[in-house]
Amino acid sequence: MKTVFSRPQALTNKPLHYCPGCGHGIIHRLVAEVIDELGIREKTIGTCPVGCAVVANEYFNVDMQQAAHGRSPAVATGIKRVLPDRVVFTYQGDGDLASIGMTEVVHAAARGELITTIFVNNAIYGMTGGQMAPTSLLGQFTTTTPYGRKKELQGSPIRVAEMLATLEGAVYIARMSVHNATHVMRTKRAIKRAFETQLEGKGYSLVEILSTCPTNWGLSPVEATKWLADNMIPYYPLGEIKVAAAVEGIN
Amino acid sequence: MVRKKVLMKGNEAIGEAAIRAGCQAFFGYPITPQSELPEYLARRMPEVDMIFLQAESELAAISMVYGAAGAGARVMTSSSSPGISLKQEGISMLAGADLPAVIVNIMRGGPGIGGIQPSQADYFQATRGGGHGDYRHLVLAPASIQELADLTWEAFALADQYRNPVLILGDGMLGQMMEPVLLPEEPPPLVDKPWATTGAKDREHNEIYTLHMGMEDLEKHNQRLAKKWEQIAREQVRYDKFMLDDAEIVIVAFGIASRVARRAIRMAREVGIKAGLLRPISLWPFPTAAIAEVAKQARAFLVVEMNLGQMIEDVRLATGGLVPVELFSKITIVPNPKEILQSLCSLARRTGCKIDEAAIKEESA
Repeated sequence: MKTVFSRPQALTNKPLHYCPGCGHGIIHRLVAEVIDELGIREKTIGTCPVGCAVVANEYFNVDMQQAAHGRSPAVATGIKRVLPDRVVFTYQGDGDLASIGMTEVVHAAARGELITTIFVNNAIYGMTGGQMAPTSLLGQFTTTTPYGRKKELQGSPIRVAEMLATLEGAVYIARMSVHNATHVMRTKRAIKRAFETQLEGKGYSLVEILSTCPTNWGLSPVEATKWLADNMIPYYPLGEIKVAAAVEGIN
Repeated sequence: MVRKKVLMKGNEAIGEAAIRAGCQAFFGYPITPQSELPEYLARRMPEVDMIFLQAESELAAISMVYGAAGAGARVMTSSSSPGISLKQEGISMLAGADLPAVIVNIMRGGPGIGGIQPSQADYFQATRGGGHGDYRHLVLAPASIQELADLTWEAFALADQYRNPVLILGDGMLGQMMEPVLLPEEPPPLVDKPWATTGAKDREHNEIYTLHMGMEDLEKHNQRLAKKWEQIAREQVRYDKFMLDDAEIVIVAFGIASRVARRAIRMAREVGIKAGLLRPISLWPFPTAAIAEVAKQARAFLVVEMNLGQMIEDVRLATGGLVPVELFSKITIVPNPKEILQSLCSLARRTGCKIDEAAIKEESA
């Protein structure tokens, strides 16, 4: 008998608590598969955000640290600076990274920290129950924008990938999506390239991943993937946003 | 080789002592009156192949400390009062995650931006756990540049011993003044850190976390931490005595205020007042038992501190109403020994303590 599908070594066998149709499970698996394929499980250290993925330390079978809300890039900086030969990644949501932790991610990127950020953008606060995120779309209904997000009141959503791409220290920045199989595979390739960027010591790398939150969007899992494609992708264009010359040879 | 004293500024002595204590990484952010410390380490850490990084904020600096401590390194940050307020998020995280780290607060006056003058106004914040949640950490209060160096060295040892953050509480005066200091030479022995996140090679993966979602789980976690803090409270009470044996009036003062208090006590002795000093070195754990013991013999206490009266609450708790406990308070001005002497005279007269009124007349004449 030939095994054609199994759990990546970089995941534990703990059942995930994420809601049906949530993208976190897929993204966890992609990160774990990349860690396995690169053979770096025993030298990888990750950080968890505050948000739905706060217990990712129980899911990733690599050394993990839980950071205070938004501080993951600073925590990861501390780890990487004292253990420069390890692989360090942060796993963050849109509230954690783009709201309370914007300072930390901007400066980690500006310093060109040799870390990789997996940035899950589902345009809403999941864990606290569906409040507005900095990436919520104009007109989007959330529990704190019950009349829809309005530009004149809450401003426009932040395009994190493009913003960080302006920084010299950020050398590989991509935006991907996990709303269908094709894009899941593309996302995995971007994650791999981001980790390789770190392994080759080129600079800071980040993959923003558009993801679904059916529970807080008030949609079924299938409707949620359609909502993402119809509403998020037009505002958040997919692709490799920045591949610095130093990174071009990789992969 | 004969060890020689060197003349050093307080802030720089902390930096050099940290290096000699094996500090592997420093993360900080500029703020007066402690900036000489990061500046010193910016220069020195690369010379010893260690890490210095200026963080974008105090929040980031303490989070870098958290990450590096979790990765098993000896690590330090420093700041002054407003910056320490920002670090409280991370200090609560360090305490909750059992992480060893050394934090230095060279206090200045507040509230708000306050000023850059020395102060002791962060006593409550330091000893009560300025961040959220129920936690404790050692608070060491040096009173000289020598003690700044010694306690910095010890802070690294104690942090590792208990897997807990340790706070060094100095003030702007100590940070800025110069005194001769004998620096430590050998670092405290390294301890095994099998819990550190260094990569899950040939072992289960390690997790450093502070989230405990289950009610029972969080209760248990807090009770376990409490046992550790009870142990620290039993083992690490530190204080110093000066002319205390026959003292009728006991001054309780820490840090720079205690230096002035010693001068005032000498002056008081010249006018027949039997004054003495009990100087807490560990502000947490507080020398409660020692003060309670002294309260059995003394007639009155005078608490000298550079704030509106914070440590006095701990002194009153320790004395349990046995004797009057009064306050001599300056907020951001280092007290004048003559003013303390006046308070001692007044207290002596009101509590029936021995005082040589003729000598006082002679002095003022």
